[in-house]
Amino acid sequence: MPPIITATDLVKQYPGVRAVDGINLEIPQGICFGLLGANGAGKTTTIEMLEGIHQPTSGAVLYKGEPLGARYREEVGIQFQHTALQDFLTVRETLKFFERLYTETLPIEEVIELCSLTDILDRDTRKLSGGQRQRLLLALALINDPDLIFLDEPTTGLDPQARRNFWDLVKLVKSRNKTIVLTTHYMEEAYALCDEIAIMDKGRIVSQGTPQQLLTEHFGDVVLQIPGDDAGGKLMQMDIGAVPAGELFEIKTNRLHHTLQQLMDNGINLDRLRIRAWTLEDLFINVTGKDKAV
Amino acid sequence: MKKFLAVLHARNMEFLRDRSALVWNLAMPFMLVFGLAFTFSGGNKDIYKIGVVGGIEQLTQAAPKLPTTQHLQFILYDDLDAAINKVKHHQMDMLIDVSAAPKYWVNTSSPNGYLLERIIWGVGADKFERQAVEGAEIRYVDWFLPGILGMNMMFACLFGVGFVIVRYRKNGFLKRLKATPLGAFQFLFAQLISRLLLVVVITTIVYVGCDFFIDFNMQGSYGTLLLVTTLGAMSLISIGLLVAAHTASEELAGGMLNIVTWPMMLLSGAWFSLEGAQPWVQNIAELFPLTHMISATRSIMNEGATLAQVMPDVWVLSLTSAVFLAIGAFVFKWE
Repeated sequence: MPPIITATDLVKQYPGVRAVDGINLEIPQGICFGLLGANGAGKTTTIEMLEGIHQPTSGAVLYKGEPLGARYREEVGIQFQHTALQDFLTVRETLKFFERLYTETLPIEEVIELCSLTDILDRDTRKLSGGQRQRLLLALALINDPDLIFLDEPTTGLDPQARRNFWDLVKLVKSRNKTIVLTTHYMEEAYALCDEIAIMDKGRIVSQGTPQQLLTEHFGDVVLQIPGDDAGGKLMQMDIGAVPAGELFEIKTNRLHHTLQQLMDNGINLDRLRIRAWTLEDLFINVTGKDKAV
Repeated sequence: MKKFLAVLHARNMEFLRDRSALVWNLAMPFMLVFGLAFTFSGGNKDIYKIGVVGGIEQLTQAAPKLPTTQHLQFILYDDLDAAINKVKHHQMDMLIDVSAAPKYWVNTSSPNGYLLERIIWGVGADKFERQAVEGAEIRYVDWFLPGILGMNMMFACLFGVGFVIVRYRKNGFLKRLKATPLGAFQFLFAQLISRLLLVVVITTIVYVGCDFFIDFNMQGSYGTLLLVTTLGAMSLISIGLLVAAHTASEELAGGMLNIVTWPMMLLSGAWFSLEGAQPWVQNIAELFPLTHMISATRSIMNEGATLAQVMPDVWVLSLTSAVFLAIGAFVFKWE
């Protein structure tokens, strides 16, 4: 299937700063694509060039093989990181307002049901909670039944429950064969939602692939965690690479069977042994050399 | 059209539901008109206005001491009939024509005219031929009303639309609209029409309300008055749109709007007549839409001017509306 959107040698130069430095992307239809990066990595600049909100200094963005034009505005849905709505309008009025800006739209009742807005339809948009507001903003991004949806950090500031509810909503949207481009601060969010991710650093993509591919590629080993209360002394004497980590000792290995045999041979009690999986957070630190601080 | 109507409806709802702003927009002009009507009801002026047809030099030859007499203001006129009309309406205390044998016109029911007649007799003009005219005085409040309503409209148009757009840009609402198929001209035109409807309706309410208590002089056609008022408001709103077309700073927009409003407030004839002012001041005033709106509405209300008579003002207001709106749409930035 041809990509729904492609970016070729995308560059954005501001005075003294090269915010985006030659990005190439091909996003297939129907997937959720995650763009991750620390503050200042260039992911918002990149997504806003993909959205057609900002023009690139050089390079090109093509939507279904064509330059961005009037058709693009009709066929994409965008949820910005920071946005405001017209004051003094209810949720229903706001939906109707945006509905009238497009030529073709979903039935408004369908969007209301999809985004669970029924209970707050007559509420002033200024009086919505964070989760309700994000659901409304997503509904506005969906109202034109877009093929491509951009979600820029949609769950930032939400409590864990509201965030997971929003994830369910995004999964529901994705199940309609929509393409989603998502930026997020939360690695677990990218892992839960994204089929493919790109990690950005200093305006470039430093790693790209499915979450599992990247974890396998960057972390061929596993981490064994053993409580240090009674085994700490023995572990430190062994040539096994044990490292204290709080009350635990961690051992990285790509030869699991061999390492376990070594531990048993040395009489280490493995009843409370745990094997920790690598996460995208580990990956992020690994490829950018930074703490998560995104 | 659907998009335009969507923006228009949304903006109207926003304004009408903002009760504090709505009440303030209604109350402010009422307070101004009543306050100033009472303050200036005496019409106290410490200077006598004398219109001169034929030039000051001829006047000096005819009555050498007259031009140097203190507390007299001489205003040159070319159009004798228009000047006589002003004497009839007590807008001028006396008219002297020195283009041929010297004559003067004085309103027999004007106390100022009576006193001024005694003054000029003492400084050599006692030989001038006396022409008496009659006519009811145009009260200060009748002269003043078009100015105060026009000025109130100016603030409502410029600040109302200017600050709203800057706020939209600052809080990201315009960026959200940029992501839709809505065009800049559709958005700006909807803002213009929304504000225009509100300003015209509110001004009409204020006019009718004040008229109930003060009983304004209205010599002309209400249709012509409405047309001039509407075009004037359009022109002023277009200036507001132009000022707000680019900036995301409320402070900068406030400064720019002040730069636009203060000269208009002082020089458009809202508070005092510019007759007798320096020619360059009058030329600058001619550049302001507010000057044309106030001048035309005064002519309609106080002198019964017809549409044909105020057509030059109508053209200026139409043209400035189109030019400012077009430039505003061209330079408009969503972010």
